[in-house]
Amino acid sequence: MGEMICTELICRGLALGYENQILISDLNFTVNAGDYLCIVGENGAGKSTLMRTILRLQKPLAGSIVYGEGLTANQLGYLPQQTVVQRDFPASVREVVLSGCQSKLGRHMFYPPRLKKLAQTNMERMGVDQLAKRCYRELSGGQQQRVLLARALCATERMLFLDEPVAGLDPKVTLEMYRLIAQLNEEGTTILMITHDVHMAAKYATHILHLGHEVFFGTTEAYRASKIGKKYLDDDSKGMIDEETAETEEAK
Amino acid sequence: MSEILDKLQMYFSFPFVRYALIVGVLIALCSSLLGVTLVLKRFSFIGDGLSHVAFGAMSIATFLGMTQEMYLVLPVTVISAILLLWTGNNTKIKGDAAVAMISVGAMAVGYMVMNLSTNSINVSGDVCTSLFGSTAILTLSQTDLLLCSTLSGVVVVLFILFYNRIFSVTFDENFARAAGAKTNEMNLFIAIIIAVIIVVSMKLVGSLLVSALIVFPALAAMRVFKSFLSVTVCSAVFSVIATLIGLLVSILWGTPVGSTIVCADIVGFLIFYIIGWSTGKAR
Repeated sequence: MGEMICTELICRGLALGYENQILISDLNFTVNAGDYLCIVGENGAGKSTLMRTILRLQKPLAGSIVYGEGLTANQLGYLPQQTVVQRDFPASVREVVLSGCQSKLGRHMFYPPRLKKLAQTNMERMGVDQLAKRCYRELSGGQQQRVLLARALCATERMLFLDEPVAGLDPKVTLEMYRLIAQLNEEGTTILMITHDVHMAAKYATHILHLGHEVFFGTTEAYRASKIGKKYLDDDSKGMIDEETAETEEAK
Repeated sequence: MSEILDKLQMYFSFPFVRYALIVGVLIALCSSLLGVTLVLKRFSFIGDGLSHVAFGAMSIATFLGMTQEMYLVLPVTVISAILLLWTGNNTKIKGDAAVAMISVGAMAVGYMVMNLSTNSINVSGDVCTSLFGSTAILTLSQTDLLLCSTLSGVVVVLFILFYNRIFSVTFDENFARAAGAKTNEMNLFIAIIIAVIIVVSMKLVGSLLVSALIVFPALAAMRVFKSFLSVTVCSAVFSVIATLIGLLVSILWGTPVGSTIVCADIVGFLIFYIIGWSTGKAR
């Protein structure tokens, strides 16, 4: 593909929410191949809803999502937040990672050697191949996330959707996780990640989508320079916040 | 000891006892397979509700004077499974209420219909039989035998073929759906298999005790084993052994079949619980 910029995702005039409650309206953004987009914003701003909509787990209230060529086959790698079920699920690491290959099974009923190898490769890439026979629920939080990343990579290497991958991890493991994701991005995987940590987002991401009262979409440099970016990145400027929100309210 | 063996030998010379054992093992095998999925997907409630529906359908079939109740019970239970899953998927609370409503309703209608039917002399005896199984396993006809074995066989084969897909839809439905798996179809498929298992197991332990046959082996295996494959294999073995013990005990000492099997399951579960607890402590 060379230097050509490949569009993976275009969202146009997207409105999201539940039956009577609109969380986001008229949202527009584009993701190109190789981008690292962080979605930040307050709790309840609709970050997870946006991700679930892009993954076709729920329908948008309005607007359209256009997927890049080949992504239409529903082959999206997803790292969801942990569910209650997984906390007491008896499964070995190998079984979990292998289940990521399911979309590649086609008409096969069992995993052919080619897919078992793919699972093995991805376990090695995420550094969990030593844990292959361990029980998933007995791993530490960081190890579990690595296993789920390996599983998502089995589904696709093209585009990963990560919903708060560092939630509940200690600072050291969190940093490792961010580095790992950055490394995947350097190796060519497009990343879409939800995070609480605006500072980490600004450090690693190429683009930022800020959801909330004010919506921002653009490159990380533009975010740093923007009013909203300054407000969230600079913790000392608490005094300015009220003025700024007042200004933007007026502008509306 | 030799007295018991003699007695067993005497019993095994009757073909219906041998049939009972074969069918018992087959039913035990297929009922244990989906236990893990049922427990982890919080479907055990639906399993319980479905067994009540099957009881209602059974009474109506008896009332109608059908010679082979299975032809009514099976479709009714399968349809209820599909309906329950549908409502259960949309909103959680509504689903729970629907299960309660349908299962209690089916029980009431079933008991009423049984009382109305004039061709039965001993109503409470009949009710007891369909609820707790009692001696049903020893009075299986050739057709029953064939139908039960075929259905159990089909369930086992389907489970093995779809093993990988059942695993991923149980472990993480959202991920599977995002990766392009047809999870709604899979859930439907699982619900139908559960309905078939319940109808078949009803022959063995009666409708009130069916859930025990499905849930105990999986819960016991989960105490000790750590991977999905080992848990599945262990719960199948557990279920078959517990059922065999239950059947033999009930034949030898004349205890009711269904509750004896469930008691064997309970004892087995306690043993596994202690093993899991002690190995967990040792680590």
